[in-house]
Amino acid sequence: MSDAMAMTTASDAVDAQKMPILPLAVRDLVLRFGDVTVLDGLCLDLGASGCTVVMGPNGSGKSLLLKLLHGLMQPTAGQILWDRHGAADVTARQALVFQKPVLLRRSVAANVDFVLKVRGKDRARRNALLDHVGLAHKADQPARLLSGGEAQRLALARALATDPEVMFLDEPTASLDPASVLAIEQIVSEARDSGVRIIFVTHDMGQARRMADDVVFLHRGCVAEHSPASKFFPEPRCDAARDYLNGRIVV
Amino acid sequence: MQSIADALGLAAKLVLSGDPDLFEIVLLSLQVSLTATVIACLVGFPVGALVAISRFRGRNAVLIVMNALMGLPPVVVGLLVYLHLSRSGPLGFLGLLYTPTAMIIAQIILIAPIIAALSQQVIEDLHSEYSEQFRSLCLTRVQTVQALLWDARYSLLTVGLAGFGRAVAEVGAVIIVGGNIDHLTRVMTTAIALETSKGDLALALALGIVLLVIALGVNAAVHSVRMTAARQAYV
Repeated sequence: MSDAMAMTTASDAVDAQKMPILPLAVRDLVLRFGDVTVLDGLCLDLGASGCTVVMGPNGSGKSLLLKLLHGLMQPTAGQILWDRHGAADVTARQALVFQKPVLLRRSVAANVDFVLKVRGKDRARRNALLDHVGLAHKADQPARLLSGGEAQRLALARALATDPEVMFLDEPTASLDPASVLAIEQIVSEARDSGVRIIFVTHDMGQARRMADDVVFLHRGCVAEHSPASKFFPEPRCDAARDYLNGRIVV
Repeated sequence: MQSIADALGLAAKLVLSGDPDLFEIVLLSLQVSLTATVIACLVGFPVGALVAISRFRGRNAVLIVMNALMGLPPVVVGLLVYLHLSRSGPLGFLGLLYTPTAMIIAQIILIAPIIAALSQQVIEDLHSEYSEQFRSLCLTRVQTVQALLWDARYSLLTVGLAGFGRAVAEVGAVIIVGGNIDHLTRVMTTAIALETSKGDLALALALGIVLLVIALGVNAAVHSVRMTAARQAYV
């Protein structure tokens, strides 16, 4: 290969890295485990900014959808097209915050240091990140002795340390007290305002109303409704969403 | 033949008087077994971690072999090392037979599979907890192994202790490749075997007491480190 060609290829690679990975198009997504079909021809289009809240009854495939979008699982069939035509290696440009945070058996500071180190980020950012999530005063404490709310804020600090373009949150405030919920919502809102695309799974109706720009409602492995939050909550279009919002059992 | 009480009295006197022969044997035992344990850990930990995080064809066969090697008979290991290091063997030119180095080699072969198999189990449990988080962070295989080994450090300390315990208490392999030569390759276990066969129970018992105290001391130290780590939720 000539030097000029090599340089062009290298510069293309750099440009590809800088290209935004959004919008997202999901086409005919199917996920099966043996005879059980979890996602059944799911289609979804997501824009480049804002906070999408994913709702739906238990077993509708919300968490699995996040893992598929993040590249932690492979679908049985269908396509997940980041940048609409399938940008590669997107996992490294995203972060996933799990419902139950997986904290390393190290101090709070070392948990953030680890992520900064493995992702080649500036280690000097650690204190600012901990300060941002209100954990600077606990930097030297063992991470696994944090309370549930603090542990989730540390998970958020680690996620933000990767400078993600998209941040998935899988019920990050499940079983947390109201103060912890608000603290986490504030951190996520600030991330959204700074340009991080948020995709947020929750069962908490109040939280969904506070956070959502648009709502994706999953039912029986498909997107039953995808509407702006301003329309979804007052006038849900599908019966399943209406029943769900009214507290009726949806199966 | 001495009574057990007489032998114990003499043994205590030997230990308390700081008998130079006794302490020479104890020091050589520690030197050989600690060196073997450190080297076996350096090999066994990464191998165990790599097998724990890898999924490949024949993995089950590897696991069966690793577990089976935990029960290697020391005399067979001693014999194999002897055949390789003897003058007519392929490594005879190194002139290692009947040296502490030969004993270290035999002990490494004996305990490295134990350390690899036990660390594989420890790391596999931890990996099942960390796996999705690490994949989300796009960690390389090397980064994954490093992180798992570090986070399992206190559990691996116990694994290392199991290896050391096996090494320091082992007699079959070291007597074959070391020869139990006075002031050169005589370690606690081989000396106990020799002195017992000679009927000198005092020295045998004194060495036995030291061996037990070492085992107790090392176990207590590791237990205390683990307790401290557990209090900080690092285990």
